[in-house]
Amino acid sequence: MDPITADNRRIDGRAVQRDFPILQRPLANGRRVVYLDSAASAQKPQTVIDRQREVAETFFANAYRGRYDFGDRVGEELENTREAVRLLIGAEAPEEIIFTSGTTMAINLVANAWGRKFLGAGDEVLVTELEHHANIVPWQQIAKERHAVVRWIPVTDDGQLDLSEPDRLFNDRTRIVAVTAMSNVTGTITPLDEIARLAHDAGALVLVDAAQIVPHGPVNVRDFDFLAFSGHKLYGPTGVGVLYGRRSLLEVMDPFLCGGHMIEQVFRDHSTWAQLPAKFEAGTLPIIEAIALRSAIDYVTSLGFDAIAQHEHELTEYAHTQLPEIPGLTLYGPGPDRKGSIVSFTIDGLHPEDLATQLDRHGVFTRHGHHCAMPLHERLGVAATTRASFAVYNIREDVDALVEAIGAARKRFRIA
Amino acid sequence: MTTLQFMTVDELLDEFDALADWEERCDYLIDLGFELPEMPEAAKIEANRVRGCQSNVWLITRVHPGDAPTIEIVADSDAMIVRGLIAVLLTVFSGRTPQEILETDVEAIFSRLGLTKHLSTTRRNGLFGMVGRVRAIAAGEMS
Repeated sequence: MDPITADNRRIDGRAVQRDFPILQRPLANGRRVVYLDSAASAQKPQTVIDRQREVAETFFANAYRGRYDFGDRVGEELENTREAVRLLIGAEAPEEIIFTSGTTMAINLVANAWGRKFLGAGDEVLVTELEHHANIVPWQQIAKERHAVVRWIPVTDDGQLDLSEPDRLFNDRTRIVAVTAMSNVTGTITPLDEIARLAHDAGALVLVDAAQIVPHGPVNVRDFDFLAFSGHKLYGPTGVGVLYGRRSLLEVMDPFLCGGHMIEQVFRDHSTWAQLPAKFEAGTLPIIEAIALRSAIDYVTSLGFDAIAQHEHELTEYAHTQLPEIPGLTLYGPGPDRKGSIVSFTIDGLHPEDLATQLDRHGVFTRHGHHCAMPLHERLGVAATTRASFAVYNIREDVDALVEAIGAARKRFRIA
Repeated sequence: MTTLQFMTVDELLDEFDALADWEERCDYLIDLGFELPEMPEAAKIEANRVRGCQSNVWLITRVHPGDAPTIEIVADSDAMIVRGLIAVLLTVFSGRTPQEILETDVEAIFSRLGLTKHLSTTRRNGLFGMVGRVRAIAAGEMS
């Protein structure tokens, strides 16, 4: 069955919580964990935890090397994950799926392996003001080296991409557009179809930072050239991520990391490269993590992406009705219909750092700061925000707990 | 509760010892922050900002001349817990001579207060950023 087929399943957050052992243990102060930081890293279901342990306990070995029982099994299971990823994002071939350490490495791989070869002086890389630093800094670095230029797609006051003047953004020097599918600060869902059309019309490639979107809804790489995401935001292990690259591009790119497994032949004066995907998988992979990533994919597909999106949308809408009731609270970004399940806000007279420590006392775990998106915060005119993000295991009572804890913090800090 | 302006380091340590856990101490820090003397808004400029702090911290000093000149510290932050930490800093350093400031084992005091253990790395870095600023000013006065 196509894992993203529409159906009538609904998610019961409380039932989902039972799949996550960490959410069932009370904190030292006796409070229930209200985990609202899944946009930073999601908790792992029992099946993922068990799978990691199972690999370590029953068939662990290095991959693609030993011709013995364990080695063969590891190789086979890694390919099973690769296939699961291919199906998840609609790639044509398993060779287009590269295992990386995460989104950051995947983007660095493209910036270096593609950028060093194909960016020239005066060429333009287009990023957006919504981007996470991981989709900005690698481009700045390679642009500096290649004497290329990084240009910015601006955002509107409500945190949406402003594509009203495409001719000022896209031109015949635009080589690649590096864009997030969903902002890690405002939750903004970007119009990727429109961006892909504008980019391709200008003869540019499109790289999608899908780190935030992948846990929340179906993604298809059909119109994109590169796409990156991390396992740990998809309820999977840390240390493993994915780069999708169109085969024709991966084939002409130079390697990024060099070492074992990525070569075909090593001579004294030069080397030749292995076939895809090995060419971009130098060294030993995060084997246990990559194998267990499939369990995470199985987990979300068994819940159903439509059901996940619906559940998280309801929580986001609920937060959008409750949070503005708090005096002095400002929400950033668009309304719930144009974003994923993230709410970022500030409260007049209450520093995000102070707020975070008080929320922590209530067992409400949020993130505060610039969220690795300083240009966006500068654009929004605020140094730091507090972010709450919702996942499959969150419930309406988590939003209530957040609101209640903010109220207590306002009292504690003697705000009217 | 002993109010800030009359407090000595020993009294501060006694107050902390009397509190049951870090949560209560944190509350006490917040309350100390509310007692921090006002810093003139005009002094909250970039040149007076202390680097290494996640929140904004501004710090200036005033030297009171005499046989043994003393250094008065005036500082403020937009974060209340940081204001509490500034209050601790003032208790330890403000009104002392440069020599006394440089000879104070501030790490030992922070450690006894539990700050070393309980503060996040960014906050700890920020606190030591303030300490560094005060020590540099004291060293400048000595030379």
